[in-house]
Amino acid sequence: MPSAIDYQIMWNRLIAVVEEQATTLIRTAFSTSVREAGDLSAGLFDRQGRMMAQAVTGTPGHVNAMAESVTHFVREIGMQNIFEGDVFITNDPWLGTGHLHDITVVTPVFRKGLHIGFFACTAHVVDIGGRGFGPDAGEVYEEGLLIPITKFAERGTVNPLLISIIRANVRTPDQTVGDMYSLAACNEAGDRRLQAMLDEFGIDDLEGLSDFLTESSRKATREAISNVPDGTYRHTMTVDGYDQPVELVVTLKVDGDRLNADFSGTSGMSAFGVNVPEVYTRAYACYGLKCAIAPSVPNNTGSLEPFEISAPEGCILAAKRPAPVSVRHVLGHLVPDVVLGALHQAMPGTVPAEGASALWNIQISARPCDPDSGLQNAEILMFNSGGTGARPTVDGLSATAFPSGVSTMSVEATEHVGPITVWRKDLREGSGGAGETRGGLGQVIEIEARAGYDFWFNAMFDRVDNPARGRDGGRPGAAGRVELTDGTPLKSKGRQKVRNGQRLRLSLPGGGGFGDPEKRDRSQVAADIEAGVVSPSRAAKDYGYSGENS
Amino acid sequence: MTRSDIRVGVDIGGTFTDVALDHPGGTATCKVLTDYAEPERAILKGIEIAAQNARIPLSDIGQVIHGTTLVTNALIERRGANMAFITTEGFRDVIEMRSENRFEQYDLNLQLPKPLVPRKHRFTLNERVGPKGDVLLALDPAETQQMARRIVESGFEAVAIGLMHAYANDAHERMMADALKDLSPDLSVSLSSVISPQMRELPRFNTVIANAYVQPQVSAYLNRLVTKLRGSGINAPVFMLHSGGGLISVETASEQPVRLLESGPAGGAIFAAEFARAHGIEKVMSFDMGGTTAKICLIENGSPKTASTFEVARTYRFKKGSGMTVSTPVVEMVEIGAGGGSIASIDQMGRIQVGPRSAASEPGPACYQRGGVEPTVTDSNLVLGRLDPDNFAGGEIPLSVDNAFTALSDKIASAQGIEVTEAAFGVTEMVDENMANAARVHTVENGRDIEHFTMIAFGGGAPLHACRLCEKLGIDALLIPPGAGVGSAIGFLRAPFSYEATRGLFQTLSEFDAGAVNAALQAMEVEAREFVEQGVRDGRTTTSLTAFMRYAGQGWEIPVPLPHKAFSGCDVDEILTAFEEAYRTLFGRTIDGLAPEITNWSLTVASVLPEPDAVHRQNGRDAATISRTRVIYDAALRRDVEAQEVERRSMKSGSAVDGPAVIVEVETSTIVTSAYRAIGQPDGCLLLIRKDAS
Repeated sequence: MPSAIDYQIMWNRLIAVVEEQATTLIRTAFSTSVREAGDLSAGLFDRQGRMMAQAVTGTPGHVNAMAESVTHFVREIGMQNIFEGDVFITNDPWLGTGHLHDITVVTPVFRKGLHIGFFACTAHVVDIGGRGFGPDAGEVYEEGLLIPITKFAERGTVNPLLISIIRANVRTPDQTVGDMYSLAACNEAGDRRLQAMLDEFGIDDLEGLSDFLTESSRKATREAISNVPDGTYRHTMTVDGYDQPVELVVTLKVDGDRLNADFSGTSGMSAFGVNVPEVYTRAYACYGLKCAIAPSVPNNTGSLEPFEISAPEGCILAAKRPAPVSVRHVLGHLVPDVVLGALHQAMPGTVPAEGASALWNIQISARPCDPDSGLQNAEILMFNSGGTGARPTVDGLSATAFPSGVSTMSVEATEHVGPITVWRKDLREGSGGAGETRGGLGQVIEIEARAGYDFWFNAMFDRVDNPARGRDGGRPGAAGRVELTDGTPLKSKGRQKVRNGQRLRLSLPGGGGFGDPEKRDRSQVAADIEAGVVSPSRAAKDYGYSGENS
Repeated sequence: MTRSDIRVGVDIGGTFTDVALDHPGGTATCKVLTDYAEPERAILKGIEIAAQNARIPLSDIGQVIHGTTLVTNALIERRGANMAFITTEGFRDVIEMRSENRFEQYDLNLQLPKPLVPRKHRFTLNERVGPKGDVLLALDPAETQQMARRIVESGFEAVAIGLMHAYANDAHERMMADALKDLSPDLSVSLSSVISPQMRELPRFNTVIANAYVQPQVSAYLNRLVTKLRGSGINAPVFMLHSGGGLISVETASEQPVRLLESGPAGGAIFAAEFARAHGIEKVMSFDMGGTTAKICLIENGSPKTASTFEVARTYRFKKGSGMTVSTPVVEMVEIGAGGGSIASIDQMGRIQVGPRSAASEPGPACYQRGGVEPTVTDSNLVLGRLDPDNFAGGEIPLSVDNAFTALSDKIASAQGIEVTEAAFGVTEMVDENMANAARVHTVENGRDIEHFTMIAFGGGAPLHACRLCEKLGIDALLIPPGAGVGSAIGFLRAPFSYEATRGLFQTLSEFDAGAVNAALQAMEVEAREFVEQGVRDGRTTTSLTAFMRYAGQGWEIPVPLPHKAFSGCDVDEILTAFEEAYRTLFGRTIDGLAPEITNWSLTVASVLPEPDAVHRQNGRDAATISRTRVIYDAALRRDVEAQEVERRSMKSGSAVDGPAVIVEVETSTIVTSAYRAIGQPDGCLLLIRKDAS
């Protein structure tokens, strides 16, 4: 019978096991968003489907989605049909992580012939067929191949029919199917480490350990929630959406150690692929709440369950089949801002102001001006972030992703990928919302096609009509802007062409400020002026600052 | 042995300056306290003591080899020059925007490290070079002159110049540098195309800035050092160990001080590599544990694994991403916040956590009796009987078991409702877990299986923990070399003269331009050879070539060793094969239908080292002399065991002792757990072997 110390050590080990599982996947996956942006997750579950450990990766969007996934698999496959050597798979947006590009693979764990748990992992694949990655589909059917929960392999034998159907339906069969094998392999890597640990501690099942860590985590989380003052807190945030503004509405109810967040009142579904399946909404809402309330409790069923989150079916945050959902991340990334806004009423002085939040990713298709020139087409993907909201005691982060954990790519490397010149990628002066603490700055990016090329880009940018708001007297951050450098405005949504000789300019939104700008430490205002991030005239207007003697 | 065979290695660390002197009678070593105000004073003092012990006049010393954490410390403590950075218009904020991500996902109040050069000291030029070195916007000479005046008038001590794609065409950087030199010939100017000519603006800019930031200080220090040595009759040439594990001249080091980052730890890896070669061990994991951190390095076929980038000055719990990435050739090491001084605490979930906070040497662990009240790893080792309270550091620091017991009882045991011994076990086991987990992840990242490695452990804390770590990692063999306390300084004496030249030169295999590649490689070889020949004339050298390759569209490259030769178009298949082999080793497979490409190149010229004398491994003929028995706690068995205590000096070649045992020496103690057996080796190493391994 393991002691409490043994359980603590094993818990520590499990977190390392899933990190190793995730590392294996990052290194073998093909998709840029897995490698550069950490768009993947990995976790271990007990036989009942309770998530015991989850790797911390670049995407909070997988937090709850992963935790819930195994339950769906067990329901669909049936406990009696689970055999040693099986591997299960799905990319159902409503059962997985919100869009078809994410493939989830679950592998049952056996020990001495008995089924004791599961490893699961998810990664974004390069292509899944359909129209490709973009918001333009009218229904999920157009967005690509949907693989229902099924067996990828049974008793060690891969299903050849499944493989050939997938290969026949995607543009990159080697990479897409290769990633499925990678997912299965990373679960195997986790299994080997887990078995070694069970050998070392001389135990043959996970139940005792799972009870221990679930209960410890639940208790710690409930304690943290009970520190939040009881009450009902409602908050609304309007964002750009695709073709019409979207109202995000949340009602947070805190009662003792219980917390419930409900999105009733939120706008209805869009005709475009910005709709969000509820599982993805729950993930981002939970992430935001957890950051503010119980950041140090590791993710597992015990730490996630106390956050009860729901959205009424049919709203844009709980899209119904067969809604298109391909770019569900844009609204998903805005969800933490709205729940944190509600939480701010309960816990003033804890959460940041609103930020740019949704990434300004840009997919560029460079095409020869003259189709007969013999020049090659090229596709270029860039990840870019605006400013985060000011925190109660420190300024927001400039050009930094939140809530996503994405990294940007080097401009020099990008210019090797395709025939474009990035003339500018630097901080956007004056874009941070004024406040006692200032919002993070956005950034300005200028892109031109090189000789002989035009380019198309797919805009999916938010916070252009609705900038990030400040809190407690803090001012909003600068709104985003999409235009040519000659001043010609462009649309913030949809596919547009930039001709050779023209330069596209993206001005990414800044974060909102926190607190009364008049109260900002004068030396910080002076430092901002000196750094050129706040102009003297704005300093006078926004901060009431008129020089060193003010 | 001639005069040039008398060589002295000096490693300046945070607490101690270590000296190792190779002389006809062997190797003399000593440790003196580091002198922060004038580090060269402690160096001279140490050399004098070592020379006295070896009975060698100072004037007989033929070479001085030096490594230092000075550069790393200057970056961590932000004690550098008042400097300016000149870059391309539109890219003023590259070093501030970093990678645009957060290294800690759940901390709402996360703070990113501030850039070394504040925004007001970052200036831009209207110019632009394209990825192939083509000039997209020419730089106006009048603008460079104007800029130079501005910089010089502002009184900056150092200037870094980093322009876009300068690795492909350095003309604009040179124009700007010339304009500065015209106005102020003595100004310290660093160029990214010289310091780190590789693709990717963030690490290249960081590197040239770090170089400029420390250059005036390091150069002044090295000048003082050479003067001081000369003044004492040491006329020997001075060489520096660079972070890639080789030697460069003191003049090169003055110009490119960024190459000295982490040179101390690199010495430790070379030290371990020397034993790996002598013992004929192919796969080694070196494990170095001190007071605050532990470091792990993979050594294969006698060479420490190197990398082309390195993250310096991590600001947040040693977390990846919280420091500053520089691209300079470096011995690749994983650093974990786990040492003897690491503090144990209870977290929100009631779990024991260890580190990365450290009690350091002041106040030190509770048992040091210097006012420390928080329980540390050392306190736990003491309570578990692994340290002898009366014989720690040769008896110089008396340890209080009571203090350790109280600290563990107050902060851990009472909160957990467990016995103090169990709490101490929990603490050491957790720190061993943390180190084992880091070691596993590192080997996975390198596509290796740790079970097939041998561990070589050194540094004050390592012999206490290494055996348990091997149990956890499934490693059967563990080597603990003698002189481990001054391992880095000894390592300096075993380092080759070497220089790694790097270039960003983008090539796709489908349009491989052999002429361009050969021209670049030739220039790199000339550059590297020039540096190496400052140390060895007429000596034998080797040249090795590595291409950094990836499939088109991938975000990172893998190192691919290539034959060093003049390439022709026909060699594309050979390069492809080499890439696929390297890719398969790391990732288990290759990818059809994607085009491989080369981004950066690295060419190393190194002097050929004499092979160390082969050690004939002893399997244990004689029973070692047991001084006494004492009780220690065996972590795998979860109970106290009666351990045999043996003096390290009595572990002669072939002497063997079965665990549980403690092998004691002045600097540290080696714990041999019940599952292992220790055998003395001819070269003074201890070899620990799992009893059940064949």
